[in-house]
Amino acid sequence: MAEYIFGNPEVIEEEVDLLIIGGGMAACGSAFEIPRWAEGTGLKVKLVDKAALSRSGAVAQGLSAINTYLGENDPADYVRYVRNDLMGIVREDLIYDVGRHVDDSVHNFEDWGLPIWKAQGDEEKSLRSGGKPVRSGKWQIMINGESYKWIVAEAAKKALGMDNIQERIFIVRLINDKNDPTRIAGAAGFSVREHKLYIYKFKACMLAAGGAVNVFRPRSIGEGGGRAWFPVWNAGSTYSMAAEAGAEMTMMENRFVPARFKDGYGPVGAWFLLFKAKLMNGAGEDFGTLRGDIIKDEKRFGKYGMGVPGTCLRNHIMLEEMIAGRGPIFMDTPTALAKLAEKMTPKEIKHLEAEAWEDFLDMTISQCGIWAGENIEPEKTPSEIMPTEPYLLGSHSGCAGIWVSGPTDLPGVPKEWSWGYRSMTTVKGLFSAGDGVGASGHKFSSGSFAEGRIAGKAMVKYALDNKDWKPELERTKDELVEEIYRPVRNFLEHKDYTTAIDINPHYITPKMLQYRLQKIMDEYVAGVATYYRTNKKMLEVAEFKLEMLKEDSLKMRAKDLHELLRAWENYHRIMSAEAHMKHIQFREETRYPGFYYRMDYNYIDDVNWKCFSNSTYDKKTKKWALKKVPYVQIIK
Amino acid sequence: MPTYVRTEKCDGCKGQDKTACMYICPHDLMHLDRDGSVTGHAMKAYNVEPEQCWECYSCVKICPQNAIECRHYADIVPLGASVQPLRGTDSIMWTIKFRNGTMKRFKFPIRTTPEGSADPYGGKPKANMADIANDEVLFTKALHAGDRSQFVKA
Ligand SMILES: Cc1cc2nc3c(=O)[nH]c(=O)nc-3n(C[C@H](O)[C@H](O)[C@H](O)COP(=O)(O)OP(=O)(O)OC[C@H]3O[C@@H](n4cnc5c(N)ncnc54)[C@H](O)[C@@H]3O)c2cc1C
Ligand code: SF4
Ligand code: SF4
Repeated sequence: MAEYIFGNPEVIEEEVDLLIIGGGMAACGSAFEIPRWAEGTGLKVKLVDKAALSRSGAVAQGLSAINTYLGENDPADYVRYVRNDLMGIVREDLIYDVGRHVDDSVHNFEDWGLPIWKAQGDEEKSLRSGGKPVRSGKWQIMINGESYKWIVAEAAKKALGMDNIQERIFIVRLINDKNDPTRIAGAAGFSVREHKLYIYKFKACMLAAGGAVNVFRPRSIGEGGGRAWFPVWNAGSTYSMAAEAGAEMTMMENRFVPARFKDGYGPVGAWFLLFKAKLMNGAGEDFGTLRGDIIKDEKRFGKYGMGVPGTCLRNHIMLEEMIAGRGPIFMDTPTALAKLAEKMTPKEIKHLEAEAWEDFLDMTISQCGIWAGENIEPEKTPSEIMPTEPYLLGSHSGCAGIWVSGPTDLPGVPKEWSWGYRSMTTVKGLFSAGDGVGASGHKFSSGSFAEGRIAGKAMVKYALDNKDWKPELERTKDELVEEIYRPVRNFLEHKDYTTAIDINPHYITPKMLQYRLQKIMDEYVAGVATYYRTNKKMLEVAEFKLEMLKEDSLKMRAKDLHELLRAWENYHRIMSAEAHMKHIQFREETRYPGFYYRMDYNYIDDVNWKCFSNSTYDKKTKKWALKKVPYVQIIK
Repeated sequence: MPTYVRTEKCDGCKGQDKTACMYICPHDLMHLDRDGSVTGHAMKAYNVEPEQCWECYSCVKICPQNAIECRHYADIVPLGASVQPLRGTDSIMWTIKFRNGTMKRFKFPIRTTPEGSADPYGGKPKANMADIANDEVLFTKALHAGDRSQFVKA
């Protein structure tokens, strides 16, 4: 038997009916829903995750709240809230569908053991039996969420069976069908632990590998380079693989730039909601009250600044302060706590303080590290607030992603928005959920899980309807092995050319490639270096530089399996970045002031741009095609 | 605050095939230095890429020897503070030490059921295949029905 070593992997080919790529909230939702519908059908299902399910994805640290729980609210109201926050352009059919299904998922989490805070008197009552949750906003409920992912993964693993789950498999690409290029037939990836390369064939696949982080240069570039607000390990695999398979993408110009406690990116919600803390500028002014009216400029912001401002507009007000030199921006915690002390007992305040620390400890532990390291006592010292570098995501307060088929039973939805199976992309057999699905943000953890369930059910139907169809891959095994292991070959062939392993004219390390990408995006595509501003010419330069970066990605090296993982993550980042850049280039307006500015079209233009922007990528010509798709209002 | 491993505490998970920290890190950062050729400490784990660490504490919480701690990102945070958890089966204890010595301790529940007991389908209905094309229904049949007059084309 040949020995499988680095550079000579064992190739394992496997055929299943349904493949789930990812093990996050959405993938766990699919893993929960699919087996129930597949029972007795003989369908074979498999899930692969680049990490370990118990702590993979955005919920690895835990969360302190479930941000989508409708309870007493109507799904139509939920649609209105999301539409308003995302500046008017959303797929209301998709949002409504998540809204009407999400509560049941939360009830399941509680059954499985997730502690959900209850209003006084209802402590022993489950949500399912009418227990009133503690709300920290109209849509949010508070939890003790340190083990949120652990618990959800536990249920998902049992539902699917550990025999059908493979951890530490990084999927590199999807493979179209040999006879029908508009169809998906397989996926290929590698083990990060063993010298094994996997090629899967299937009828349908759930692509739920999260959003894209570290595409832009992060604000901290030394040891703190991994301290992104969104999970640093989600590298845009979803967007990159879907686009290369030919799936239509939507709203890839959108991004999320959360304003959080500086450097640690700890959540600010508890401080605003529980403590009623306010922001102030460097001079101690309440700039929101003084100058918040700038968003009422109708020429620039249309009607969007008149009502409850979307998240991006709130950023805009803060950014204007900073640009005018009136920073830094602080959360005035001392004043807020002093005010509370007038009404509350010290014991009550201590309790509130514990809740605020838990908010950090449950999802952004490093914020505690920063407060402890800088001796920050919130009753004495205000804390700085800062908008982060941009992230691409479709589940939190952003809406970049894939264009998917919607539900068929809602009135007023254009026929062409449901071309077949629910949650299917424009590529037959390719489904998505969570961060993968575009134009429908604010799903968060619970909504992503619910959307994974919705998609999972439709995938079973697709597989049953295509029972006799046999997938055939458009690419050969040898081609795939050659491609995926190219970085390893680059290394083995050239490593002895120089004395310094990292400096070699024949290859580039994944890390340096990532720095180059981040520099381009930061400086030309509206990163923090330019206060999120760009224009046509800057984008042209970015385009030129990204082109060469993409060429050089063929020269990435991998000196071990860990670096092979980094190499392919960064390839996925480049593709996601390119999509983002192309979409910003296409949309000649500033739809999301506060997230990014097209300085040459620095206004919201509802006459020409109240529409979706959709793109497709042709992997043969390597060209993107963009188009406008009309927005249709479904909910009053 | 990238994680670091205390030499005197780590036992390499007793030479098992995969160590707990390696198993759990979502970003593949914890590796075992079997022969000590990288770190000078054979059979102990280390963080291979501290500047990629999310400080998610997954490795810290899972290490059976409590050998993993965090030293806050050196390019951001002054030295001397620490944030250390002790995760039990139903709760987690946090000890926060400030640079100036101030200590804070918190204990929070983490789950209401015994570990390993989550039963995905306990007490839940089976799927009814007649509903497979009905968008209003998942297998649990728990639709949050809405007010249809809210639609533009009600
Ligand atoms: C700091 C922070 C705070 C948040 N706060 C809240 C909150 O309070 N309440 C709330 O409800 N939500 C919150 N969210 C949002 C929530 O976590 C996300 O909406 C949700 O996790 C998205 O689910 P997903 O399945 O799309 O992605 P994820 O859960 O991120 O899962 C992605 C999965 O894909 C895997 N993967 C990635 N690439 C590959 C590949 N190439 N091959 C194989 N596998 C791959 C990953 O390992 C992971 O398992 C927060 C998120 C963050 C980061
Ligand atoms: S989990 Fe702890 S004991 Fe085990 S190898 Fe890692 S650091 Fe060492
Ligand atoms: S803290 Fe998280 S990201 Fe950092 S090494 Fe540990 S598990 Fe990995």
